[in-house]
Amino acid sequence: MTSTLDRPAPVADGPADAAARPPRHRRSFARALPDLVVYVALVIIAAAIVVPLLWMLLTSFRTDFDTVTRPAVPIPDPWTTDAYRTLLGGAAPILRWFANSLIAAASQTAIVLVTASMAAYALARLEFPGRRIVFGALIATLLVPGVVFLVPNYLIIDRLGWLDTLWAVIVPGSAGAFGVFFLRQFFVSLPGDIEEAARVDGAGDVRIFLRIVLPLARPALATLAVLTFLTNWNDFIWPVYVLLSPEVQTLQPGLSTLEGSYQTHYGIIMAGAVIASVPVLVLFTLAQRQIVESVANAGIKG
Amino acid sequence: MADTVVTLSARGAVRPRGRAPRGRRTLTAYLFLAPFLVLFLAFVVTPAVSGLWISLHTWNELLPLHPFVGLKNFIDLFSPDGLYADDFWESMRATGLFVVLSVPCLLVIPLGIALLLNRRVRAGGVFRGIFFAPYVLGVAVISVLWRFLLDPQLGAVNALLGADIPWTVQVPWAWVSLVGITVWWTLGLNTVILLAGLKGISADLYEAAALDGAGAWRSFRSVTLPGLRPVMTFVTTTTLLASANMFGQSFLITRGAPGTETRTAIMYIADQGLGQGNMGAAAAMSYILFIILAGVSVLNFRLQRDTTR
Repeated sequence: MTSTLDRPAPVADGPADAAARPPRHRRSFARALPDLVVYVALVIIAAAIVVPLLWMLLTSFRTDFDTVTRPAVPIPDPWTTDAYRTLLGGAAPILRWFANSLIAAASQTAIVLVTASMAAYALARLEFPGRRIVFGALIATLLVPGVVFLVPNYLIIDRLGWLDTLWAVIVPGSAGAFGVFFLRQFFVSLPGDIEEAARVDGAGDVRIFLRIVLPLARPALATLAVLTFLTNWNDFIWPVYVLLSPEVQTLQPGLSTLEGSYQTHYGIIMAGAVIASVPVLVLFTLAQRQIVESVANAGIKG
Repeated sequence: MADTVVTLSARGAVRPRGRAPRGRRTLTAYLFLAPFLVLFLAFVVTPAVSGLWISLHTWNELLPLHPFVGLKNFIDLFSPDGLYADDFWESMRATGLFVVLSVPCLLVIPLGIALLLNRRVRAGGVFRGIFFAPYVLGVAVISVLWRFLLDPQLGAVNALLGADIPWTVQVPWAWVSLVGITVWWTLGLNTVILLAGLKGISADLYEAAALDGAGAWRSFRSVTLPGLRPVMTFVTTTTLLASANMFGQSFLITRGAPGTETRTAIMYIADQGLGQGNMGAAAAMSYILFIILAGVSVLNFRLQRDTTR
C-alpha cells in the first residue's frame, strides 16, 4: 500500500516522458495504431463523457421556454440565473438538504476514520487471541449484498428511534468492514523499526498509534476519508426509505423529489443536479490521483 | 513479505523487554477493536442473523403479531401459486437481463479504452480523470440528467437524432437506455483497474512475442489477455455483482416501465420489504438473491481459473 500511494505517476502520464520516448519496439494490438488515431478516439470518448455534463450545467442557466423550444442546442439564450434564484429562494429546501448531506457525510467519515483506524491497528500490529476469527468475520460480511441488510437494519433503526433522523444515514453505514481492510493493508506494510525504537523508549500502544502510526498513515487516511465521503454523499436506496420528512432528506433523494415537483422545469432540476455534483466533483479534482489509484489497486490486490 | 514484517515487529516488541504482560496486550487489542466491533455487531452481524429470523415469519410491519411459519416464505417463492412468486421472478429476470446486457459492455469498452491509455499518450492522466469523473456522481444526479436528455419530446437526444424514440417507456429502448447510461456512468471504474493490470504486464513478454514474430493481434491474444487474467477475474466478479445489485437507474429513470418489465430484483425487494411492509417475504427474497449471487461468483471464479490451465 505504501508503495502504491507514494509511487510516482505511472509512466504513461508524464508528458516529458512521452516527449523523450525512445523509438517504440514494443508491439501490441493498440500499439500498432498510429498516435493520431488513438488521440482522435480518446477525444471522442472524452467528449461523450463531458458533453452530457456540460449540457446539465448550461441548461441550469436557461429559461424554460428556451430549453423547450431549442432542445438540440445547449447554449442559453438568454443566460439567466432564475433557476438558482428560485431554488435557493426557498422553493424547495435544497439548502437544508445540502446541509444534511454535508453533516451526514462528514460525520460518517469522522466515525469511520476513528473506529476503522483503531480496529485496523489492532488487527495489523497487535497479537491477540481471536484475531483470526474477527478477521474472518469481517471478510465474510464483505461478500453479503447490501439488500440482505435492508429490512433488518430498518427495524433496528426503528427500534432505536432513528427513523427519519440523520442518525439513520450516519451510523449504520459506518459499520462496513471496508475501511478496516483498507487501513489494515496499509498498517501491515509500515516498517516495524520506528515502532520498536519507540517501545524501547517506553512508549505504549496508544502513544505509538497516535504519534507514529497515524501520522505515517496520513495518505491512506485521506484516501479513505474521500471514498467514505463520496459513498455517503451519493447513497440513494437507504435514505429514500429511512428519511421521510422533506426537512431531513439528503440531496440525492431530495433531487428526485425536486424532479417530481418541477416536472419539465428542466432549468430548476438541472440547477439542483449541479448543486449536488459540485462538492463531489471538487473533491474528485483535488484527490483524483489518490481516488483513482486506490481503486485501481483494489483490482490488482483483489 | 508484509506479513513477515508484522510478526517480526510484534515479536521484537513483546519478547525482549517483556514490558507488557500478555493479558494486558490482549486487553489493549480489544480496546482498540471495541468501537468498531460495537458498530459491526449492531449493524452488520445482528441484521444478517435477524434477517434470517424475519424470513421465517409472516412478518408484516402493519400487524402486531408475526407468526412463525418456518420455510413457508421460501417455499412460496418457488410454488406457482405463491403470492409474490410471479412478481419476484419477473424482477429476477429483469436483473438477469440487465446483467447479461451490461456486463459484456462494461468489460469490453473499458478494456478498449485501457488499451488506448496504456500507450504512452500525452495527457493520459487527464483523459483517465475525465473518464472516471461521472462515477463520482450520485445515481440521482445522473438519473435526472438522463431523464431530461432522453425525454421523448423535449430531450436533446431525440432532437439531435431527429427521432421520437420512447427511450424510457418502451422496451427494448428502456434496456438500451439503462445499459447505455450505466456504461457512461461507470466505465471509468473498470478502465482504471484494467489499465493498472496492463501496466503490470512485463515489457519483456511483448519483446519475446515480437521476436517470435507475433503480430499485434497475436501478442494481444497470447500476452495481453493471459497477463490480465487475475485482474479480469476480479473485474468480472465485481461488475457482475454491481449489475446484479442495480436499483437506482430503474427506480429513477424507467421507474420499472413499461409496466414492471424493468423493475429489478433489488427494486422489488426494497418495495415489498420497506414500501409495502412485507418484511418476512422480502427477507426471504433477499437471501435467495444472495445465494444465487454467491453461486454465480463461485462459478465465475472456477471458470476463469479453469480456462487458465
